[in-house]
Amino acid sequence: MKPAPFDYVRCANVPEAIAALSGDEGAKVIAGGQSLVPLMAMRLARPTLLVDVNDVGLDGITVERDVIRIGACTRHRRLERDPVIARVAPLLQEAAGLIGYPAIRTRGTIGGSLVHADPVAELPTVLVAAGGFVVVRSGAGTRVIAAVDLFTGFLDTTLEHDEIVEDVLLPVAGTRHGSSFCEWSPREGDFATAGVALAIERDDDGRCVALGAAACGLASVPLDCSTLLAAVLGETSASGALLRQIARVMRADLAGDPDRADLVGLLAARAVHRAFARSDERSAAAA
Amino acid sequence: MSQTVNVKLNVNGAAAEIELEPRETLLDVVRERLGLTGAHAGCEQGSCGACTVLVDGELTRSCLIFAVQCEDKAITTIEHFGSPGALHPMMEAFRRHHGLQCGFCTPAMVLTAIAFLEESPHPTESEVRSALAGNLCRCTGYAGIVDAVLDVAGVAE
Ligand SMILES: Cc1cc2nc3c(=O)[nH]c(=O)nc-3n(C[C@H](O)[C@H](O)[C@H](O)COP(=O)(O)OP(=O)(O)OC[C@H]3O[C@@H](n4cnc5c(N)ncnc54)[C@H](O)[C@@H]3O)c2cc1C
Ligand code: FES
Ligand code: FES
Repeated sequence: MKPAPFDYVRCANVPEAIAALSGDEGAKVIAGGQSLVPLMAMRLARPTLLVDVNDVGLDGITVERDVIRIGACTRHRRLERDPVIARVAPLLQEAAGLIGYPAIRTRGTIGGSLVHADPVAELPTVLVAAGGFVVVRSGAGTRVIAAVDLFTGFLDTTLEHDEIVEDVLLPVAGTRHGSSFCEWSPREGDFATAGVALAIERDDDGRCVALGAAACGLASVPLDCSTLLAAVLGETSASGALLRQIARVMRADLAGDPDRADLVGLLAARAVHRAFARSDERSAAAA
Repeated sequence: MSQTVNVKLNVNGAAAEIELEPRETLLDVVRERLGLTGAHAGCEQGSCGACTVLVDGELTRSCLIFAVQCEDKAITTIEHFGSPGALHPMMEAFRRHHGLQCGFCTPAMVLTAIAFLEESPHPTESEVRSALAGNLCRCTGYAGIVDAVLDVAGVAE
């Protein structure tokens, strides 16, 4: 038994959880506990009250026209296996399967991963690449926060103490969508050294007409790399020349550790290659 | 000290009511309150896998869930699967293939392998390695463990 003492409340709905949080400055939400409990074991976190949100009903997955809404307490394991996620958010599906090990994914949640905001975590990187949003609620009502406005630094977000993430919103993949999450880690299941998330949309002629990309492992937050990869727009295939250009541009423009920049350049080129291949498969399946 | 609470647990099919502190992990409770010492305390921060049990049938790090969170859930530990003299086929296979030396990782390794084969009865070697990637073993070098799992799955090595 390593954590410092705390009180515990299991909440039945979101308002109850918000009330519990508002009533205690030292209170903390617990979802899967896969990031919070290790911090508590090391006593880097010493919450006075744990507010358990596992039973508040935040585990729905619904598709609303061009947006998919995912409850904050949806577990990584479900993201990895749910056929709706596979169809409308394949980048999220792939990324979820790269998180830790099976016994971590059975408990860890999407909301917990986003709020924990580890700089090399997969799901924050996906949120930035896909241009997603989180819907958060407090006593004052709800607000919607865009991915780029959520992450502020190492394990830090713009969430207020009494705010709870209810839902995560991501765009629905088009019929010619292609995506890829490419990462490198020294051992399978370990946190990645760096990773690149990429999603593309193509028109009926196969031209890339939209692109979203982000990289983790370079800074204290996932970096939006969409502009750096602009060369992909208008292209109909992942030619060798295009891939070489991408690796070169990423390397030249990313400051900091040159080995990291090299690695991210290669991962970006690989991600572009896979995204086109998957888009080809998806288009063929739809035809 | 924080308030203590009464928690009703269901472990290996048996009900137990325990007065405990919220900060007691499921690992603490199965080992120290219920005397089920098959789940081992290694890192107690999620990294080693030695404490793995099933919660409602799902592989779970018992060091990363508090016992108060487990009310109304079915907990299954390695003790459910076999005992000396009545080994589970997976335990037998570990013995046959030298899948253990000191035994520290073994209960969780066996339990993870059993749960894995229930979901994927005909795995490849690389799928077996992925499934066990979160369970650290400092002794065996893993080869015997992987052989044991493939043997139980009836997959030729
Ligand atoms: C061995 C190991 C390996 C791992 N490997 C990886 C990996 O490779 N990649 C990776 O990305 N992650 C990894 N993780 C972390 C894992 O993904 C966690 O599941 C995730 O980071 C946190 O989700 P959780 O639901 O467990 O959150 P918790 O631990 O319960 O909470 C994390 C934080 O989020 C807050 N929070 C949770 N839910 C909400 C909500 N709905 N509203 C407001 N605040 C909330 C909590 O207060 C806390 O501050 C690993 C963890 C372990 C133990
Ligand atoms: S003791 Fe739980 S993972 Fe190491
Ligand atoms: S047998 Fe010793 S740690 Fe695995």
